[in-house]
Amino acid sequence: MDFEDTVEEAAFRTQVRAWIDANAPRHLEEELKRASFGSNGVVSEDPIAAGKAWQKKKAEAGWACLHWPKEYGGAARTPIERVIWGQEEGPYAALTGVFTIGHGMCGPTVMSWASEEHKRKLLPPLASGEHVWCQLFSEPASGSDLAGLRTRAVKADDGSGDWIINGQKIWTSGAQYSDWGLLITRTNPDVPKHKGLTMFFLDMKSPGVEVRPIKQANGQSSFNEVYFTDVRIPDNQRLGEVGQGWEVSLTTLMNERLSIGSGMSTGFPELFRFCMEAEIDGRPAVEDSAVRSRLAQIAVKQSGLKYTGMRAISALSKGEIPGPENSIGKLVAGATMQDLSMFALDLQCEAGVVWDEDSPQQGRFQAMLMRSPATRIEGGSDEILRNIIGERVLGLPGDIRVDKDVPFKDIPTSGRKKK
Amino acid sequence: MNLDFSDEQKQLRDQIRRFLSEKCPSSAVRAVLEGPESYDKGLYRGLAEMGVLGAAIPEEFGGSGLTHLELCVVAEELGRALAPVPVSSSIYLAAEFLIQAGTSKQKELWLPKLAAGEAIGTFALSEGQGRTTPARISAKVEGGKLTGVKFPVADGDVADFAVVAARDEKGKVSLYLVELAAAGVRRETLESIDPTRGQARLVFDRAPAELLGTKGDGWHIASQVLDRAAVLMAFEQLGGADRALEMARDYALERMAFGRPIGSFQGIKHILADMYVSATLARSNCYYGAWALVSGAAELPVAAATARVSATTAFQHCAKNNIQVHGGMGFTWAFDCHLFYRRSNALALALGSQSTWETLLIERMSAGNAETAA
Repeated sequence: MDFEDTVEEAAFRTQVRAWIDANAPRHLEEELKRASFGSNGVVSEDPIAAGKAWQKKKAEAGWACLHWPKEYGGAARTPIERVIWGQEEGPYAALTGVFTIGHGMCGPTVMSWASEEHKRKLLPPLASGEHVWCQLFSEPASGSDLAGLRTRAVKADDGSGDWIINGQKIWTSGAQYSDWGLLITRTNPDVPKHKGLTMFFLDMKSPGVEVRPIKQANGQSSFNEVYFTDVRIPDNQRLGEVGQGWEVSLTTLMNERLSIGSGMSTGFPELFRFCMEAEIDGRPAVEDSAVRSRLAQIAVKQSGLKYTGMRAISALSKGEIPGPENSIGKLVAGATMQDLSMFALDLQCEAGVVWDEDSPQQGRFQAMLMRSPATRIEGGSDEILRNIIGERVLGLPGDIRVDKDVPFKDIPTSGRKKK
Repeated sequence: MNLDFSDEQKQLRDQIRRFLSEKCPSSAVRAVLEGPESYDKGLYRGLAEMGVLGAAIPEEFGGSGLTHLELCVVAEELGRALAPVPVSSSIYLAAEFLIQAGTSKQKELWLPKLAAGEAIGTFALSEGQGRTTPARISAKVEGGKLTGVKFPVADGDVADFAVVAARDEKGKVSLYLVELAAAGVRRETLESIDPTRGQARLVFDRAPAELLGTKGDGWHIASQVLDRAAVLMAFEQLGGADRALEMARDYALERMAFGRPIGSFQGIKHILADMYVSATLARSNCYYGAWALVSGAAELPVAAATARVSATTAFQHCAKNNIQVHGGMGFTWAFDCHLFYRRSNALALALGSQSTWETLLIERMSAGNAETAA
């Protein structure tokens, strides 16, 4: 039981720290520390350009996508070295949030399924931050039940072998500035839903691709809808076989849950600071026994997530694969953040309704309140995550699926009985 | 970073688990629940012979000279098996008081006997309803004689001695070692929500009392020892939580309703997933507590309260939902669910209630925060 680096890890950490000290964009540090939901906090310059510049600098020095093979733009480092890098990068990691989906999900999928030629062409510019990728999976009628998606890909009738895409995707982060997209489509509606899917990668500048920002419930617009009207994709941009799209998507989704769940904040440090400052009947709120009980319960969740992460890092450090315990991360963090934002507003009493620059911590708790419903849904809803824990970790049987052996075109699309 | 037990410690865990699965099946727990004995003497002797009672007692005092990490491993297994033995009173508390505050003579007299299971010690703090604070201690010692009433005292019915918190001649809280077979001590066994662990009322009327530790320093010493015991107790609770989760999982796989295993219904599956979440948070917090306990970290008070609050939450959550998943069968005397339910609620109160530890955690965090700020 210790939190010490091994000799090799310590040496690596020293090397990383020295490079970051010498190269990080220090002028952005204060802005990055104010990073909030859906933005990296940079306002003094173009936040995307700032992210690309930092990624490029890292790539040139061999610090980009540490765990990827060198031939694809990575540094062939060990998982524990990647963790150490992340710890040392600190606030600057927020700069490259624009690449989270590309590096965390699309990249690994391309690495597993694309041809060697495509891997060498696509991955290095993704690693170096030249290209941004997005993930075109969810649709208005298929979220948790992703395999129910309806965007159609049909073979062009001109003998070119190309595919023609029509349909709509939703909840696509970064679509408006992405160069490439990972797109899952339905190629065969006459077979059960999981069997008729095919995965492609797509040039987002292709004719017929239209990106529209979604105005979210919290008033921000960090997600998009993407519409496809007769978009043409060459067959050599297919990943996996025709009809193998579900299998390909699982590579992406496994990576999605890993990367979103790790190192999530619950908002506890902010709440604790608030309770030290706020007053109840002229005494610090933190001295109130009801506040203490509530704070303690949130504190042990925050701490439990932190040390669960450290147990996973311990496994990596020993060259082992971390256990399933990390699957709790997003489930705990999302619900905790929502609860604690309501609690923080309760302590503000009637003034909690006000959300402006003069609100405690510039309205951070109001922002958490309004953003946290999305955290409990994106990247696997709380309910889907509980199914995954129940089935993959505890070994419980799957639910009965009434649409499993039904051709996709015959699956009912409305819960209302026809009159 | 290595927030995990060593391979040797994991082997010790396997060894103890095998021993307990043989010597402490639920029939042994029920024998104490339903029978006249207030603990399993054969099991306690067996644990002593394995050397686990003395795991963290120095070799010069008859212990095995291992560390508190090994004792954490032991505690988790005792919790899994609901072992009906006075280890928490005698080892986490009494032995720890002697190690932390005893004179060499006191250590030489009692530690070898505690390690060998030949004597049982306990800690007598509470004097009745509500949270114990220094102001609420009215037991007092004058001229080496203790007078007062302590209850509940865990294992007070079978202990050979108790470490008693009482007022000294100056009215300060001090600790006294009191032999319970002596004249002037009367003990009454109390009924409790968990009869697999004994509870007693100790009535002292001018009973001989020997000072333990510095005079007037009793509350401070007790706080330190309670923090150390809280980490070990948290491991016991963690073991219980994990076992309750496993029972519920196994039943959900086996029990059929509406033509399918009940574990395939999301209504049951999600309860089990939430039990896994609370047990996992507790495990990670317990490891943090274990690290602080063995490394002598300054943050032990925060780490101990963190582990304790998290493990209490997890064990109560898993034990109550274990009954829920079992449905009506879970509320029968014949099924073991109520054994876990009883133990989880009894351990939630031992060493001070959940709200007490929640308060301690936040008090300590704010004090640390103020120090950091200053």
